[in-house]
Amino acid sequence: MTSDQIIWVPLLPFIAFIVNILAGRWLKNRAALCSIATSSIACVIALPVCWKVFNGAHFAHQGTWLMLGTVPLKFGYLMDPLSATLLFMVTIVGTLIQIYAAGYMHGDPRYSRFFAYVSLFMSAMLTLVISDNYLLFFMSWEIMGLCSYLLIGFYFEKASAANASLKAFLTTRIGDIGFLLGFLTLFTAIGTLNFAQMNTIMAGAHGGPDALNTGLLALAALLIFCGTIGKSAQFPLHVWLPDAMEGPTPVSALIHAATMVAAGVFLVARSFSLFMVVPNILPIVTAIGTITAFMAAFIALTQNDIKRVLAYSTISQLGYMVTAMGLSGLGAGTFHLITHAFFKALLFLGAGSVIHGAHVQDIREMGGLFKKMPQTAITFIIASLALSGVPPLSGFWSKDEILLAAFGSGNFLVFGILLLTAFMTAFYMFRLIFMTFFGTARNHDVHAHESPSLMTVPLWCLAVGSVVIGIPGSPFMHHWFQKFMAHMVHYPEYEPSAFVMTCSVVVAAFGIGLAGVMYLGQKHWAAAVARTFPSFYRLSFNKFYFDELYSAYLIKPFNALGRKLFGFDEKVIDGAVNGTGQNTLFLSGLKNWIDKYIVDGAVNFMGTAVYFLNSFTKRVQTGFVQNYLLIVFFVLIVFLAFELKF
Amino acid sequence: MIGIPLSHILIFSLILFAIGVYGALVRRNIIGILISIELMLNAANINLIAFSKYTSLSPETGQIFALFVMAIAATAAAVGLAIVLALYRVRKTVQADEVNLLKW
Amino acid sequence: MSILETAAQFGTYAVMAGVLIFALGVVTLRNLFHCALCLAAALIGTAVLYVVLRAEYLAAIQILLYVGAVVTLVIFAIMLTEHIAQKTVRQNNSQSPLAIVGLLGFVALLAGVILKTPWPVTQAALKAKVSVMGLGEALMGAYVFPFEVISIILIAALIGTVVIAKKDDAQ
Repeated sequence: MTSDQIIWVPLLPFIAFIVNILAGRWLKNRAALCSIATSSIACVIALPVCWKVFNGAHFAHQGTWLMLGTVPLKFGYLMDPLSATLLFMVTIVGTLIQIYAAGYMHGDPRYSRFFAYVSLFMSAMLTLVISDNYLLFFMSWEIMGLCSYLLIGFYFEKASAANASLKAFLTTRIGDIGFLLGFLTLFTAIGTLNFAQMNTIMAGAHGGPDALNTGLLALAALLIFCGTIGKSAQFPLHVWLPDAMEGPTPVSALIHAATMVAAGVFLVARSFSLFMVVPNILPIVTAIGTITAFMAAFIALTQNDIKRVLAYSTISQLGYMVTAMGLSGLGAGTFHLITHAFFKALLFLGAGSVIHGAHVQDIREMGGLFKKMPQTAITFIIASLALSGVPPLSGFWSKDEILLAAFGSGNFLVFGILLLTAFMTAFYMFRLIFMTFFGTARNHDVHAHESPSLMTVPLWCLAVGSVVIGIPGSPFMHHWFQKFMAHMVHYPEYEPSAFVMTCSVVVAAFGIGLAGVMYLGQKHWAAAVARTFPSFYRLSFNKFYFDELYSAYLIKPFNALGRKLFGFDEKVIDGAVNGTGQNTLFLSGLKNWIDKYIVDGAVNFMGTAVYFLNSFTKRVQTGFVQNYLLIVFFVLIVFLAFELKF
Repeated sequence: MIGIPLSHILIFSLILFAIGVYGALVRRNIIGILISIELMLNAANINLIAFSKYTSLSPETGQIFALFVMAIAATAAAVGLAIVLALYRVRKTVQADEVNLLKW
Repeated sequence: MSILETAAQFGTYAVMAGVLIFALGVVTLRNLFHCALCLAAALIGTAVLYVVLRAEYLAAIQILLYVGAVVTLVIFAIMLTEHIAQKTVRQNNSQSPLAIVGLLGFVALLAGVILKTPWPVTQAALKAKVSVMGLGEALMGAYVFPFEVISIILIAALIGTVVIAKKDDAQ
């Protein structure tokens, strides 16, 4: 049974990219149609294949791309539970966001350019999802980085957008280099880049890891995890993601919330067999994830820009997923990845709708928008409930799985931090909602209106998704999703615990309630809390001073070093180069002199001599016919004289 | 019958030929040169006919050669004058010493 | 020797002198048109000499071909290329002294040869008559091959002349 048509899934958006980038000038508003159509067709092609995989099928196909010495480098696709899940999510969410973007970006002068980039991004993301080896994975990973750069800097006239795109590109670059070195190290260690082969090798190594070079594998795992840290904005490379909000909101939803940043988590899931084998790597992953989750949630408490709150929320939730991976919870992490993609995309699109309608981003200037844009508000609240972990919405089930993994594995510290984070998540989300949609309008210059149906329809689709997507992992379907993932790699599973569920629901309810009290009832409480704990407040408000720290301890020294190196370059290296140049110049001057006066002199002398000699004989050649005739005549006379007289 | 010795006719034709050669050598105008060449051919014809008259047993021979020479002369005149016209069209001159493209 | 013969002899020398004078005119006159007229006169004089030498047919051809065709052609060419009243243009180039010296030597050399050579003049030859019919038979008999060659040359010259003198389309 073949399913080669799957290669059309990344290929179609790529065709849309080519068409839009070349013919965008003529397509104008039809560019959106082109992108959406290819995306939808890709979706239609992908979903039956995903369905087959959900029913237990497994597809893989590969062809040799080139030979590395004697080792063939094969490219191909791999459709296993993991990639089918991601494919399902990316095609649906991507298509919906593109439909939304057609409305949101309406009237933009670079409309077709935007859709070209988005299509290229879709193509790369889909390639990444179905790729069966690290190299192809890395290539699409890099293209996604490029698209991210291009789309963050989409409004490149704004200096902040240009700087943000640069920051995102350079920061993720650190992780990407790690990833590149990581999979090269892995290739050295096990001689293959193919995921399936790697899984086989790792599974065989479970009995005796001595057969493998554990040190090299640990290095490889660590370096690959660097890629995750960069792409999924984990501590300490998380600083680029909040700034990435300078891009258009659909981009924030698609790339910086639902898909690309999730690729880092997906990378860990793909390499899960490697992480399982190498000792001591999972605690590092857990630590990074937990720190990120807590820190980002803490920062999100005090931010006032609607998109920034969501950005920190994204970082926090990505931290959750990474934590889950670190706790060997492949199923839990992937599950949360999927549910998060739906409700976070919805949140961003809702935020975009608010910005589109109200033309402000600062939540302090909003308020009472519920009546003016009810559809946006309702869908936004659904998504927030899902994110906060309110049953029976999707976020509850997936978050519960992660908490269960922490609880079940005995990491009570992690469990506690995650619970605290869940509380903070509920709090800041509802702070956002209460400040935005309820209360009274604070700024009377804001005249909000509901967004067009081209934008609200995707919101509703995603809202439905956010509600129901948690069902496959819930007890109603007997944790089908977790078992489905367990087909791939063996990992520990835990019995559902009522205690964990209760904790989760309680902290979510407490967070929502506290937010309601502080921002709807006792409005002076918020300021009072800030005054009571000024150091905490400043730490959160200034994002733990990460930007300042990096600026002071990394960027400035680098700049100084750069200037030093430039000075060194200018004086010593350029001096040496110039010295060589001048020596060469002098030598060549000497050679030139020899050439000119000796070699050329000899040659010219020959010429001059010949010229001088023929200056006598050439006089005969007058060019006058009659001169020649006269000469002929005289010669004739001479001949005659000889002939006749003698 | 006629009391003119052959040598007188030969010397006459020699002088006529010499005059032709002079013209061919000194005339600047190319048409002048062509005319002079006609003179030279004429002198040769006189020679041919004189010889055939005075010495030959079959006098047709000389006359036929003279006839051929005349045909060739006419040809030469026609072709030569055509060349002169073509030259005049291109260089706007018919002076032989102004056409000196072969000069060093 | 009758007086008639003497008169004829004198007349012949007079014609010769006239031809030479006209020939000198051909090579020395400044006006090319005059030159062409002199050429016509010299050619007519030559035709008279042909009659004296009992080559009447040749004389007729000479008048027809040379005076009638060639001279007319030359006059056409002169009129096409030259403004007749061009008096200021130098007609001779600077090599005429050299040419005169060479020609004098040439004439002296050959005249000496001519006078010294014992020409085999035979009475039989002097008595022989050339008829037009004889010429025709010789042309169609012994000299048929050169005759044909001449005809080919004439055709070639005709075509060549047309091609050369024709105005270039490109211009």
